[in-house]
Amino acid sequence: MSKTLFEKIWEKHVVDTLPDGTIQFYIDRLFCHEVTSPQAFAGLRARGLKPFRPEQITCMPDHNIPTLHQEKPIEDPVSKNQVDTLEKNAKDFSLTYYGLQHPKNGIIHVVGPETGLTQPGMTIVCGDSHTSTHGAMGTIAFGIGTSEVEMTLATQCIMQRKPKTMRITIDGKRKPGVTAKDFALYIISKMTTGGATGYFVEYAGEAIRNTTMEERLTICNLSIEMGARGGMIAPDQVTFDYLKDREFAPRGEAWEKKLAEWRELYSDPDASFDKEIVFHAEDIDPMVTYGTNPGMGMGIRESIPAMESVDEAGRISYKKSLDYMGFTAGEPIMGKKIDYVFLGSCTNGRIEDFRAFASLVKGKKKADDVIVWLVPGSWQVERQIRAEGIDKVLTDAGFELRQPGCSACLAMNEDKVPAGKYAVSTSNRNFEGRQGPGARTILAGPLVAAAAAVTGKITDPRDLM
Amino acid sequence: MKEKFTIVTSTCVPLPLENVDTDQIIPARFLKATTREGFGDNLFRDWRYDKAGNPNPDFVLNQNTYKGEILVAGKNFGSGSSREHAAWAIAGYGFRVVVSSFFADIFKNNSMNNGLVPVVVSPEFLAEIFASVEADPKATLTVNLPAQTITNNATGKTESFDINAYKKDCLVNGLDDIDYLLANKEKIETFERGRR
Repeated sequence: MSKTLFEKIWEKHVVDTLPDGTIQFYIDRLFCHEVTSPQAFAGLRARGLKPFRPEQITCMPDHNIPTLHQEKPIEDPVSKNQVDTLEKNAKDFSLTYYGLQHPKNGIIHVVGPETGLTQPGMTIVCGDSHTSTHGAMGTIAFGIGTSEVEMTLATQCIMQRKPKTMRITIDGKRKPGVTAKDFALYIISKMTTGGATGYFVEYAGEAIRNTTMEERLTICNLSIEMGARGGMIAPDQVTFDYLKDREFAPRGEAWEKKLAEWRELYSDPDASFDKEIVFHAEDIDPMVTYGTNPGMGMGIRESIPAMESVDEAGRISYKKSLDYMGFTAGEPIMGKKIDYVFLGSCTNGRIEDFRAFASLVKGKKKADDVIVWLVPGSWQVERQIRAEGIDKVLTDAGFELRQPGCSACLAMNEDKVPAGKYAVSTSNRNFEGRQGPGARTILAGPLVAAAAAVTGKITDPRDLM
Repeated sequence: MKEKFTIVTSTCVPLPLENVDTDQIIPARFLKATTREGFGDNLFRDWRYDKAGNPNPDFVLNQNTYKGEILVAGKNFGSGSSREHAAWAIAGYGFRVVVSSFFADIFKNNSMNNGLVPVVVSPEFLAEIFASVEADPKATLTVNLPAQTITNNATGKTESFDINAYKKDCLVNGLDDIDYLLANKEKIETFERGRR
């Protein structure tokens, strides 16, 4: 029988099926960070248990850490306690731990792929909704709650319902100046924030096939923003070339054996999906959001939708959203003055994002009245930025590099955008207060962020290229 | 062992907004605790309090008119972050049920793992609840988990809702997934041996 990519991996991880269809689902790899794991470890201790498969668990702090002076103790005692608690839990239970300043520390969803901990065919969970990122390498990866982190610690299994399957195809060729982030924001704007709830999405089509590995990570990362359980892309030569010789990737004979298995990971030509959606790359322009959820996005040259275009039940929310942003229905967004720019996060904190940003700001100067936070997704990304001389380009243009972490994506640390200020952010959420109480977030890709950083306003990057 | 859930009849708190995300339910800066307790104090923090920390009189939780163990919200409730703190905050505040026409997946799972029952109703039924509560804040709802029904006692109308048998069994009996998984550890080891 023909199967989808999702079904091929899913079926290999079913331990047991209950009469009502609930599945005892096996997890190959668990990632833990400091914010959603302490209560899970506490629960484990309260039951007198130890992690069942410690070698399948990797821990690192990323959410709640400063992006300056990581060599010094964390100043906020509550944040420090959370990070210390993760370190203690990892040590007590002999789990791999990449602490602050460790050469492999960084945002989990950047570190997993770049170290080769993430490999095709795996099932991966983490107490973080952007775990969907890892699906880009042909894995089933999704975010879970803390109770499920505890289950995975205790038994390497969680109880799951099989989601429905959806294929989103982007055919055709992308236009110059359009990034993977623009693909994702375009898809979410068409699907809405709940449009893929209950589904596991596979991305396919010519425009997807022609992306780099890191672009795929960006696309899958944002799957949760349309409600999807996860997103995935069939592994191919792009994936294998990226993975080969990474630290934890198999080597020699083991590599060849795995490679043969991974080459079977694709949706059979006649496999059927519960839902099929097709988009055309030619229709996609650089995107920005104008509201307070990631589905409220549009091409940078478009105008904010009129109130009449919103269905009646949603108008209270729509008005609240535009009021929060200080925008008016029907107006264009190009040329709006902005105050902050954030390049980073598990969405756009990889080397290619820094290359893209640098390519646009090279030879230009940072706009005087804009504060710009450039936060690499990991120390490995940071080292590569320096190795390639990108840091020099950035410094010459008036920018400085910070230290890795989730940073202003969720503003748990000091990197908060003040109330009422506008931030062009390459992160994943523009919810009210996400980047600080009262902060106004405009989500965009690294090129739009770069254009905003040098002009101080919303600017089509194609005008500067 | 968690609190068992069978039948709840209560007045409710209406929140007729759509896409209420988990950053609104509990903002990230309140996620620094290492225990499960106390999150109810910061439920809907930035809607509930102003910058100075004073209660915002326009927000429903600050109005004496609406009380109860049932929160009723617009569609796509709980979208965004996987933080279980959102479920802890709602349950910690004292809610036992959230009613909406549509829930985000992870939030729904997290709720059920904390004895908080997410009840999915039709958009029409939801609109009627909002109308009933607006007309009379003392209007009550009855959620009968064993029977999988919700009744708007103001109109007398009842709808049935979906919940999978396994989760329902856990909620009704106050059990959690770990109890089940630990009892089935042998199956996990057999599975692992089988894939080598």
